[in-house]
Amino acid sequence: MGKNFDEMAWHEYELGFMVTRPGCAAEYRTGDWRSQRPETDKSKCIKCGVCYLVCPEGAIGLAADGTYDFDLEHCKGCGICATECWTGCIRMIEEDE
Amino acid sequence: MENFNVFAAKLTPQQEFLAGGHRACQGCAELLAVRLVAKTLGHDYVIANATGCLEIVTSSFPHSAWKVPWIHVAFENAAAVASGVEAGIRVLQRKGRYPVQRKVTVVAQAGDGGTVDIGLQALSGALERGHDMVYICYDNEAYMNTGIQRSSSTPYGATTTTSPAGKADPLGQHTMKKNIVEIAAAHNIPYVATASPSYPFDLMDKVKKAAATPGPAYIHCLVPCPTGWRMAPNLAVSIGRIAVESKVFPLYEIENGDYRMTVTHKKHRPVVDYLKPQGRFRHLNEAQIARIQEQVDKSYERLQKKVKMSQNELD
Repeated sequence: MGKNFDEMAWHEYELGFMVTRPGCAAEYRTGDWRSQRPETDKSKCIKCGVCYLVCPEGAIGLAADGTYDFDLEHCKGCGICATECWTGCIRMIEEDE
Repeated sequence: MENFNVFAAKLTPQQEFLAGGHRACQGCAELLAVRLVAKTLGHDYVIANATGCLEIVTSSFPHSAWKVPWIHVAFENAAAVASGVEAGIRVLQRKGRYPVQRKVTVVAQAGDGGTVDIGLQALSGALERGHDMVYICYDNEAYMNTGIQRSSSTPYGATTTTSPAGKADPLGQHTMKKNIVEIAAAHNIPYVATASPSYPFDLMDKVKKAAATPGPAYIHCLVPCPTGWRMAPNLAVSIGRIAVESKVFPLYEIENGDYRMTVTHKKHRPVVDYLKPQGRFRHLNEAQIARIQEQVDKSYERLQKKVKMSQNELD
């Protein structure tokens, strides 16, 4: 579709308002819900991947160096990763605005 | 520790079949469980999804978070639709219009309302007919989607909007939680298990086993709900772990009638550790907590007896 869904008019949708692209919820930005943002101290990270496994959004992905990066488009800031992290290298910090 | 790649979390499938951007609350363990289940089953499966939180948050128009075939059905008939899908695939294979060697897992998933209350007769029918499917119940212990109304899966003493604790009634929910796992096991189906997303590898093993089992399989998954359980969202995974450690929700499986514990602890926590972080149990006094502890101990003991009996039979 190319356009953001809230800019679309009714006649631009598929017939019967079918959803034709699988997994298109990824276009929706849930990162705006967040009041706290996770931040990693990568020197303390042991690359275990627990944060990746327990993220309900699937917003934590493997980086090139074996540590994990956050997809802040979808991270809702629940803080499960910071609670479950073995070494405590993930910290939740307040969003400024 | 030199080789950091040996950690088991890295060996799980990397591909996601549930896209981010779904509208679940912050810290929703239900979506965590669903994500792990989807990861485990890969791409050859069909889902029949009953009404509930899960359906609402993953399919709000014009988006869908699913990357696999997914049907939304009414509240009561997820199991019935899944049996229809399974029977349909079998007919197509018999007529040669569908590759016979392709193994497609049919999954029905519903919340506790769609399983324990409204969908119970459809579930019972599907289990009795012996369809080759996996039924997964994500139990968050109330109707969270419509605003935390009590279901028959709500535990004793929990306050919900339709069983509120207050001056007139200091207890909240008066009845015990319905033991749906035993009800499913009473159908003599090949595989029944309880699981928790706080033990991800245990959950993934059970889902794999259930999918490989010919005939119906039932998995009961306790998913903490920060909104309905009135607790901080970052505790969702750890409270699930405490539920297992305090014997409130023991993890076990029943294979052809034989009970087996999958996660055991040498020392158990008191049940108050589980009740304390949750606002829905805030009003309970010591006598009521003692009664809950007594109930939990009793049902755990009963389970241990069954496990022992199964072990003796196998030996």
